[in-house]
Amino acid sequence: MELSQMSALQLGKSIAAGEVKVKEALDAVFTAVDAREAEVHSYITIDREGAYASAERVQQAIDKGEISSPLAGVPVAIKDNMCTEGLLTTCASKILCNFVPTYTATAVEKLQAAGAVILGKTNMDEFAMGSTTETSAYGVTKNPRNTAHVPGGSSGGSAAAVAAGECFYALGSDTGGSIRQPAGYCGVTGIKPTYGTVSRYGLVAYGSSLDQIGPLAKDVSDAAAILEAISGYDEKDSTSIARKDLNFTAALKDDVKGVRIGIPRDYFGEGLDAEVAAAIKKAADELKAAGAVVEEFDLALVKYAIPTYYTIADAEASSNLERFDGIKYGYRTEDYSDLHDMYKKTRSEGFGPEVKRRIMLGSFVLSSGYYDAYYLKALKVKALIKQAFDEAFKKYDVILGPVAPTTAPKLGESLSDPMKMYLGDIYTISANLAGIPGVSIPCGKDAAGLPIGMQLFGDCFKEDVIIRTAYTYEKIRGEF
Amino acid sequence: MSREYETVIGLEVHVELATKTKIFCGCSTQFGGDVNTHTCPVCTGMPGSLPVLNKQVVEYAIAVGLATNCEITRHGKFDRKNYFYPDNPQNYQISQLYLPICRNGYVEIETEKGGAKKVGIHEIHMEEDAGKLIHDEWGDVSLVDYNRSGVPLIEIVSEPDMRSAEEVIAYLEKLRMFIQYLGASDCKLQEGSMRADVNLSVRPVGSDKFGTRTEMKNLNSFTAITHAIENERERQIDIIEAGGSVIQETRRFDDNKGESYAMRSKEDAQDYRYFPDPDLIPLDVSQEWIDRIKSEQPEFRPQKMARYKEEYGIPEYDIGIITDNKHMADIFEEATRICGQPKKVSNWLMVETLRLLKEKNMDPEDIRYSPAHLAALIDLVEKKVINSSVAKEVFERMFEDDTDPVKYVEEKGLKQETDSGAIKAICEQVIADNPQSVADYKAGKEKAIGFLVGQTMKAAKGKADPGTVNALLKELLS
Repeated sequence: MELSQMSALQLGKSIAAGEVKVKEALDAVFTAVDAREAEVHSYITIDREGAYASAERVQQAIDKGEISSPLAGVPVAIKDNMCTEGLLTTCASKILCNFVPTYTATAVEKLQAAGAVILGKTNMDEFAMGSTTETSAYGVTKNPRNTAHVPGGSSGGSAAAVAAGECFYALGSDTGGSIRQPAGYCGVTGIKPTYGTVSRYGLVAYGSSLDQIGPLAKDVSDAAAILEAISGYDEKDSTSIARKDLNFTAALKDDVKGVRIGIPRDYFGEGLDAEVAAAIKKAADELKAAGAVVEEFDLALVKYAIPTYYTIADAEASSNLERFDGIKYGYRTEDYSDLHDMYKKTRSEGFGPEVKRRIMLGSFVLSSGYYDAYYLKALKVKALIKQAFDEAFKKYDVILGPVAPTTAPKLGESLSDPMKMYLGDIYTISANLAGIPGVSIPCGKDAAGLPIGMQLFGDCFKEDVIIRTAYTYEKIRGEF
Repeated sequence: MSREYETVIGLEVHVELATKTKIFCGCSTQFGGDVNTHTCPVCTGMPGSLPVLNKQVVEYAIAVGLATNCEITRHGKFDRKNYFYPDNPQNYQISQLYLPICRNGYVEIETEKGGAKKVGIHEIHMEEDAGKLIHDEWGDVSLVDYNRSGVPLIEIVSEPDMRSAEEVIAYLEKLRMFIQYLGASDCKLQEGSMRADVNLSVRPVGSDKFGTRTEMKNLNSFTAITHAIENERERQIDIIEAGGSVIQETRRFDDNKGESYAMRSKEDAQDYRYFPDPDLIPLDVSQEWIDRIKSEQPEFRPQKMARYKEEYGIPEYDIGIITDNKHMADIFEEATRICGQPKKVSNWLMVETLRLLKEKNMDPEDIRYSPAHLAALIDLVEKKVINSSVAKEVFERMFEDDTDPVKYVEEKGLKQETDSGAIKAICEQVIADNPQSVADYKAGKEKAIGFLVGQTMKAAKGKADPGTVNALLKELLS
């Protein structure tokens, strides 16, 4: 098999067996980068020097038998909102144009300990706000499957890099669908784990109560192995959970007999593209044929998810982004008369329009006199949405639906109509509001050849059942 | 003045807690490090960093709440207070608005008239301190030192129950006593580890409605607080008497000038957009935890004073001073336990210790010598191993660096001369050398013996017992 065609686990196995050197894997990846990057633009920062240096260290450690992880020596791309010591971390924003962190995010540290070789930092929507990777201050990323289209977002660079072979796997973050939706658009596999499974320490916060780091990978097996490597309680993150059931690769079983799958009727209403709907129904039928129990049901409160999400995420973002003020790090305006003027100009010049829109919305819903009517009410609805899922998971092991209403839109189509862009998050955001895990897996292509993504939700801490279902489906589907 | 006015005062007291590390990270809280050396990604607001609550902060806050009769919030939260200022690295301060850790307490104070009065405590909440701006007067720049950023604070908010400066001081002294006794803070106003903001309004006597209040900041001594209260009361009465109305505002008091000026009015009040901090999980306080903290509460000053009177029989004046500071009281109790001489221990504290503290401009908190060494010193005097003037010399050394008095006396050869033959020889020599004094004494001038004793002590390099010398001289001259 050609190196670039290998999955992360296949490559890791070959490296462990001594058949492939880490340097050869890097050479192969950089060949793909040289071929595709100019067009796709998956990366904000490519760290060739650092990657080769780290490859040498990892190779030595593997040779000495010091690392035995299945991912040892496998090159990875990191979304540019995770801190990497000594390596530029911009969140795709001008305001962090010169920010070099003094520490590394826990999830990235865990990968490094497992022998991962970091290639660079991938493009994204500015501060993860957006669904197309077009709000980046460093240019748009194009969908490698069809470069006239967006890769999705906000982890669009990570999804595109995986799809274009510009890395063997990538880390993304998911606040409202930012791993699953671009995975769906680019035809790769992505997992957002249960809130608290992966430490957020070092992930530049967008909506703290919703953010989770997760893998974007070539297939379900890779995704499970990567998630296993980055999960675990972190004393530096108060919201991280001490879980004992982190052996996700053990769930890679080709068997869905008796798995109860529910399909929310509300997900198939107005706005859903017919080709997407057909592909999802076909996939559901195939799982049924493989022995799953599949039925439709009514999931309550679906229409409240979007306003609830944007209220909570933007409120938290308005506060989280206050630290970008030109004082301590990052961009500072050239000319200013006093402190207040410096703040105003720095932030006006440093943030892009989508970020400003969300800061304004978030500040509004938290302001005195509106807090109860918006923010507090959104928190109550969030609790009700969680309850609706609790009810659903009494009857079903898995909730199946589309990742997005359509396949990847054309470049430039979305930003002119932010409301439409927000509505595109309808299927993904409820997982963040309920804290539940979700996997996105390719299940077909539309007439234009753009990938269609299927999404599987599980109850909190039930990654195993969605991984198992996705793995079984992947076997049925065959090569994508 | 046509009417009589009543002053209505409520206090917001900030107390810096004595934890070793900061409230949300592992950085040291110690004073005096080089700028930005007690910092990390968390307390400098680096992107991606997250706060983790220091349990000791909660423990201290609960302890203060229990001492001040508060209800402890069993399910609490931290909230973000959003405002932009460079000393606040995240541009929000993590504090508690909606569910503070303690509520509805009170402190009992003695009023001027001698009665007891309860001052209500509205709430106690936990929060983080800010960094410090350093203005370069020549370079036209300001710099920030984040060493203090994230140092834990509690804010104790009283009800508007106080009516005079005396009551305010009594309340503050009571709070300070509780907090110091709990070891939760050293409560030094001058150094800022205890800070009081005074909310004050006036109203005609008999009125049941509150007047418009002002808040006064920058009060760093009890004297400044007293002056500020008197000054603000007069200022408000003057405004009202002149037909004007008081503006709700924050004022800064300048104790040197004896006047205050407006910092910001209510109209400038910021909207802090408080909301629960999503980076911190809700704080659940178990009954067991509260019970344990309760069981570890120390004996506070009033009980201690009563017990000292009963148990040690030392003067009330001594008791007052010794129990004013828990560290001093601890030394007293432990030294007394070892040597069994309460009055002697008290004397060393009341005379030499206070003298040296004053001389060196130190607080009782800073006493370094151990109770065991004080007890040993008392024992040395008691057993006449050293005389009292040598003891003072040894004590000064002990006060300096907790030197072991027994070893010190041994090493420096300060033991009293107990060989009576040797002392007798010295006495005889002194008598021979001072014929005039001998003659005076023999002529009936009793005082002359004093001079001879002094000469003998000098010749013995202080190491003789003055009583013994006195007796010996009299015997030789008789």
